[in-house]
Amino acid sequence: GCCNSCRRELFVLTYGALVAQLCKDYEKDEDVNKYLDRMGYDIGIRLVEDFLARSAVKKCRSYSETVDMIAQVAFKMYLGITPSVSRSNTTENEFFLILENNPLVDFVEELPAGRTSLCYCNILCGVIRGALEMVHLAAEVNFIQDRLKGDDFTEIGITFLKKLEDKKHKRNK
Amino acid sequence: MADSPLFQALHMEMAHALCEEQEKGLSVLEGVGFRVGQGLSERLTKEMPSFKDELDVLKFLCKDLWVTVFKKQVDNLRTNHQGTYMLQDNQFLLLTQLSNGKQYVEEAPKFLAFTCGLVRGALSNLGFDSTVTAEVPVMPSCKFQVVIQKS
Repeated sequence: GCCNSCRRELFVLTYGALVAQLCKDYEKDEDVNKYLDRMGYDIGIRLVEDFLARSAVKKCRSYSETVDMIAQVAFKMYLGITPSVSRSNTTENEFFLILENNPLVDFVEELPAGRTSLCYCNILCGVIRGALEMVHLAAEVNFIQDRLKGDDFTEIGITFLKKLEDKKHKRNK
Repeated sequence: MADSPLFQALHMEMAHALCEEQEKGLSVLEGVGFRVGQGLSERLTKEMPSFKDELDVLKFLCKDLWVTVFKKQVDNLRTNHQGTYMLQDNQFLLLTQLSNGKQYVEEAPKFLAFTCGLVRGALSNLGFDSTVTAEVPVMPSCKFQVVIQKS
């Protein structure tokens, strides 16, 4: 009866316990944030294989298509949510994911005491960055707004950088 | 959605990242598992009638808890009826991601620590203090030994 939702909760509970442990180990919020991002990166570079195997998507031909895929296919598949996507009208190649609800914080009402700069879900940024790098797209990914910090909504920013060059192109330089 | 690989991916990464300094890392990882075991056992037993005895609790671990976390039941449960239990899983989910090569048997403790904590935490939530250890006789099977502490 309870098994399916409990499995999703398993990930959320585990993530919460991990964050709690990191808060014990690291005094500075930035250190916890960095650690979560790094772990996310390691997960992202491996998860992308799983994603491509499960989703049989065709190759994206633009940054915009890529971000749509992240929001509508990947987030849906792994977290059961579909963030809405928008793009910056001032900065080229910058996109935003707005998370209406976020299962990672299902059991979190507020940040732990004294942890005002903690990016609780920072692992997500690392995962996205790692996954993109595996498909040869370099990007900066971070939280722009965070409900847990008192903002109106939770928003992730993805800014694509120059495309990673293949080794064979480097040889010609 | 039920088949999300996120938990496995997170577990694998925790085993690597937290255990970079092996000794301390294993106990940290066990502690994370402990907290998850407490929380998970709480949620799973919410709608359930109370257990009639210690063996009933162990059966719950081997069935409901194991299926939730490892997508299958424990294959074999043995006890000496004096507080010691042995749980055997012949296709332990968290080991099947690793190759069957001998070198991984040395690495195995990293991939067992979380689950030892998970079991200990679940038991703790249900009122039992215990020690939990694990060994890998041959990949990917795993034996967990649970010793319930007498109060």
